[in-house]
Amino acid sequence: MLYVWLIAPFAEFEFMRRALVGSFALALGAPPVGVFLMLRRMSLIGDAMAHAILPGAAIGFLLAGLSLFAMAGGGLIAGFLIAIGAGIIARTTALKEDAALAAFFLISLALGVTIVSVRGTNVDLLHFLFGSVLAIDDPTLMLIVSITSVSLVILALIWRPLVIECVDPGYLRSVSRAGGPAHIAFLALVVMNLVGGFQALGTVLAVGIMMLPAVISRFWARDITLMIGVAVGAAAVSGYAGLLISYHANLPSGPAIILVAGALYLLSVLFGPVSGLVWLAVPRRHLEA
Amino acid sequence: MMTRRLLLAALAALIAAPAAGEEAHPRKLAVASTSILADFVRNVGGDRIDVKALVGPNGDAHVYSPTPGDAKEIAEAAIVFVNGLGLEGWLPRLITASGTKAPVVVVTTGVPPRKMPDEEHPGRSVTDPHAWQSIADAKIYVANVRDGLVAADPTGKAAYEANAQSYLAKLDAVENEVRTVIAAIPAERRKIITTHDAFGYFGAAYGISFIAPEGVSTDSEPSAKDVARIIRQIRKQKIPAVFLENVSDPRLIEQIARETGAAIGGKLYSDALSEPAGPAATYIDMMRHNVHEFAKALRGPA
Repeated sequence: MLYVWLIAPFAEFEFMRRALVGSFALALGAPPVGVFLMLRRMSLIGDAMAHAILPGAAIGFLLAGLSLFAMAGGGLIAGFLIAIGAGIIARTTALKEDAALAAFFLISLALGVTIVSVRGTNVDLLHFLFGSVLAIDDPTLMLIVSITSVSLVILALIWRPLVIECVDPGYLRSVSRAGGPAHIAFLALVVMNLVGGFQALGTVLAVGIMMLPAVISRFWARDITLMIGVAVGAAAVSGYAGLLISYHANLPSGPAIILVAGALYLLSVLFGPVSGLVWLAVPRRHLEA
Repeated sequence: MMTRRLLLAALAALIAAPAAGEEAHPRKLAVASTSILADFVRNVGGDRIDVKALVGPNGDAHVYSPTPGDAKEIAEAAIVFVNGLGLEGWLPRLITASGTKAPVVVVTTGVPPRKMPDEEHPGRSVTDPHAWQSIADAKIYVANVRDGLVAADPTGKAAYEANAQSYLAKLDAVENEVRTVIAAIPAERRKIITTHDAFGYFGAAYGISFIAPEGVSTDSEPSAKDVARIIRQIRKQKIPAVFLENVSDPRLIEQIARETGAAIGGKLYSDALSEPAGPAATYIDMMRHNVHEFAKALRGPA
């Protein structure tokens, strides 16, 4: 019985196995980046970046049709350009980085919509906005897995400056000049993981697999390493459970995955040991002594 | 004062324009609702008739939204051809609104209608308007076009009848070709799973079963269950080919094909012709193109 519910769909169908591998790969790469975004109070940057990637993907589509590498490459280039452009404007003008990014992503989104509509094919925009985790073929899987691997290596390299900058940016500036390059590398990681995620989940939901596990982890751990562990675990569980729900309950897969993550988030808000609402309501005994 | 005079002048110009055009151009204007109908009219009308299709190549006549230019063309037309059988729900109001005095010819008059499942109301059925997919029915279309043109322009009677006769002979030849191509496919392999709902008449006339994927809505994103169901169905019924253009992601179709061993069909033309340079620029090209796509997918490993 348990086998029929939990394992049989994956045993019977190759597309389910591919979808599962794809979501596990995403679960390894994106949530750690999300944790750092959250700790640096940049949680909404992921959303802005996701929209910024659209015109790049659209231009790639315009040049090479529905080619995976043209669209992913276009998305990467557009994302990098906008991350670097916003960084430069933030450092040289009075504008803050979030405002600079907001301006860029709005321009970028409008440009993307224009490019896609001018082309006027029957491949509609929804295609870009909501990819399909059920349609992962070999090249897509390779792309996602490569992005995850590269992303983990880079994260390991810039780990120390990143952590210090989260805690005390002033201290980092006083002892080292790694802050700037690390920041750029980190934004590059955000872009890369979103491009990987949008092959499977679409540009909008890719942000979900990055940010939701990260904010979930905040309710379960105080230590960054532990938080990342929790985030990766939550993302993997969401991927697996989301696919099963999509299979049994006949729901679209991408949204199902993100909704599971959303449900985990609500549970964490209530019951998470770190500042969960239920724990806050219970009077703390050790304070009474 | 000034503006009123300008308006009057503009109105006068508008009224005068069609008349002036007619003098410069002795050919009569016929308006057809779809590019396929326009092709029939062009073949029968020859050089006596100018043909305009309201829904152009690659357009969808089911959901077309007419433009003011369409109303103007209908108003100027000497004759209007429509498919009927519920294909162009938007057209009757457009014809009334245009105020045209041109006769409206329903070319499916005399075609035995088929029923098909209603997409919006599962369990009910509606009249299938895609009768042109059977060449025998297309010949009824051509006869109706001929009679309509003769009635609207009696001086061209001899030309229209001669044109129609030679075109009907070409259609007979294409029908023979279609039957020959399909006869070469083993009978047990003449099964296609498709989300196209336009091939009911074709299947009934030439003996190919077009099977709809069970319980899959074509406009929404498929769930894992939908995909699993299609795969099971293809395995169980041993369907050799899938034509699933409507499924949004081509990679998903490849995935289904890889898991079932079914061949992926190419692009089909059902409701509209392709661009002039495309593979289905005329009705005859379209029928040839489609039947060869079916045969290519169904022939199986040689």
